[in-house]
Amino acid sequence: MHRSIKLKVQQILWGVSLGSSLCATSARAVVQDRVRIDGSSTVYPITEAVAEEFGRKSPEVRVTVGVSGTGGGFKKFLQAETDINNASRKIKDSEKEKAKAAGIQYMEIPVAYDGISVVIHRQNDWVDYLTVAELHEIWKPGSKITKWSQVRAGWPDLAIKLYGPGTHSGTFDYFTHAINGKSQSSRADFTKSEDDNILVRGVAGDRGALGFFGLSYYVENKKSLRAVPIQVPGGKPVAPAFETVFDGSYKPLARQIYMYVNISALQKANVKKFISFYLKNARQLVKDVGYVPLATEEYERLWSQVQKQPVLN
Amino acid sequence: MKRRWCKDVLFRWVCGAVSMFATALLLVLLVHLCRQGWEYLDSSFLTQFASRRPAQAGIKAGLWGTLWLLALTATMAFPLGVATALYLEEYAPQGRLTRLLEVNIANLAGVPSIIYGLLGLAIFVRLLGLERSLWSGSMTLTLLILPVIIVSAQGAIRSVPRSLREASYALGAQPWHVNLLVVFPAALPGILTGVILALSRAIGETAPLVIVGAVGYMRFVPTSPSDDFTALPLQIYDWASRPQVEFHQVAASGILVLLSILLMFNLTAVWIRHRLQRYPS
Repeated sequence: MHRSIKLKVQQILWGVSLGSSLCATSARAVVQDRVRIDGSSTVYPITEAVAEEFGRKSPEVRVTVGVSGTGGGFKKFLQAETDINNASRKIKDSEKEKAKAAGIQYMEIPVAYDGISVVIHRQNDWVDYLTVAELHEIWKPGSKITKWSQVRAGWPDLAIKLYGPGTHSGTFDYFTHAINGKSQSSRADFTKSEDDNILVRGVAGDRGALGFFGLSYYVENKKSLRAVPIQVPGGKPVAPAFETVFDGSYKPLARQIYMYVNISALQKANVKKFISFYLKNARQLVKDVGYVPLATEEYERLWSQVQKQPVLN
Repeated sequence: MKRRWCKDVLFRWVCGAVSMFATALLLVLLVHLCRQGWEYLDSSFLTQFASRRPAQAGIKAGLWGTLWLLALTATMAFPLGVATALYLEEYAPQGRLTRLLEVNIANLAGVPSIIYGLLGLAIFVRLLGLERSLWSGSMTLTLLILPVIIVSAQGAIRSVPRSLREASYALGAQPWHVNLLVVFPAALPGILTGVILALSRAIGETAPLVIVGAVGYMRFVPTSPSDDFTALPLQIYDWASRPQVEFHQVAASGILVLLSILLMFNLTAVWIRHRLQRYPS
């Protein structure tokens, strides 16, 4: 019953669509030429750059890039509504199970590194570095730290104001996982915003501020912010920069970001063409949009892995 | 006597100051936007797609998406809204049920737009299988603005003088004649104003569109209502949230485009009102 209604509505609307279609190409054929991408807003600028260049070269392929967030994107990906999902974290176990249940096979392709920068006010002259343990003390759930003097002896008796991304963001997931041991576990009394520019403004205007967000937001605002070097146990403090993220010395707040490709979509000529183009040009385009590219050999290895997939239609 | 007069003057000044304040605020915002957005606002901004390079970024996909959405939404919302208002005002028996209906419609006008997005996702995208298309987006927006259109159309219909109806009946007209040929044309200026204001609300919506699956980036213009789409506010939001200052300027240019469309809409509303009222049918 329900199915037949659905079919009927689809039929009617397809009819109307065709009638009103400006160009008379078959709407069904268009579906074949689509590459549907959704997911993380962190990965989005990279995909946008690739889609832009790819679109100049192959305008007949219709690439769409959505921004539903990593988790929201996976929901669509696991219903086979999209071909590619951008993810600022690895696929979760619960999502793996859903993929299995839905019979969806996928390929994980790392596309770049992204660092999370911990930042303070320009005129904060007491913080030389922070250890992971100190960050944990500040950010752990139920933390009682409200002043800089409680973080390390000798620091001023100034209120510490915390800024961070909203709890739905992949950056928040990763930061809490790296610092507090469990993703999403964090104290709740900090200023949150989904818009990183708001956080930049907040930290830049508050002498006692401490915040964290994607490295590219620090790089674009070096004039008004200072990034805090981070020290892991037994190591030296390392400041966030493209080089330290790339060589892996900036720990533990650097991560890879990914795209997940549906295998049966990858076997379509257009999707394969897009991914191949992506990996061929990733190094330059990733740099262009302010992220840290993988090593050239890594992109080449992934490219040849993609070439092994047969094209079925 | 003198005290009362003083109070009156004081009240007048307070009202004047408040309205000046609101206008000044708007002006400051506009000037700020123009200064920020002027640099990237040229004809190529309207004819190019979004880009990773601010200087080449354009708003073509969003502009066309928004125009498609508006056209489809208006086509669906206008007849639905007006017919409902006509029914409620002219036909529905004045009972508890009708009152309940009216209260509900008025309440729906205040429901946050994101709720409509969720409804659209469940019904249009999934249940009816329309996928993430202009259909789903415009149907969701139609739902969103229907209550506003109904309420304003009801007001317009109610304000049609009773004497007009009675005169028509006296000449032997049938009820449907009266409603369609007398009441509707007389109420049209008011109805159109309501519709256009409602569409102006729809044009700025982001949240429900994101939920029904509007995309962020596309390098083509939708050619049929079953195509994927994006819209101006989504594109603006994306630019505003980028780290590079240049993109914030591009976002300002996008806002100027959105504001111009809004302004055109409101001017059309004023013009229609003016024109139709001069020549009453």
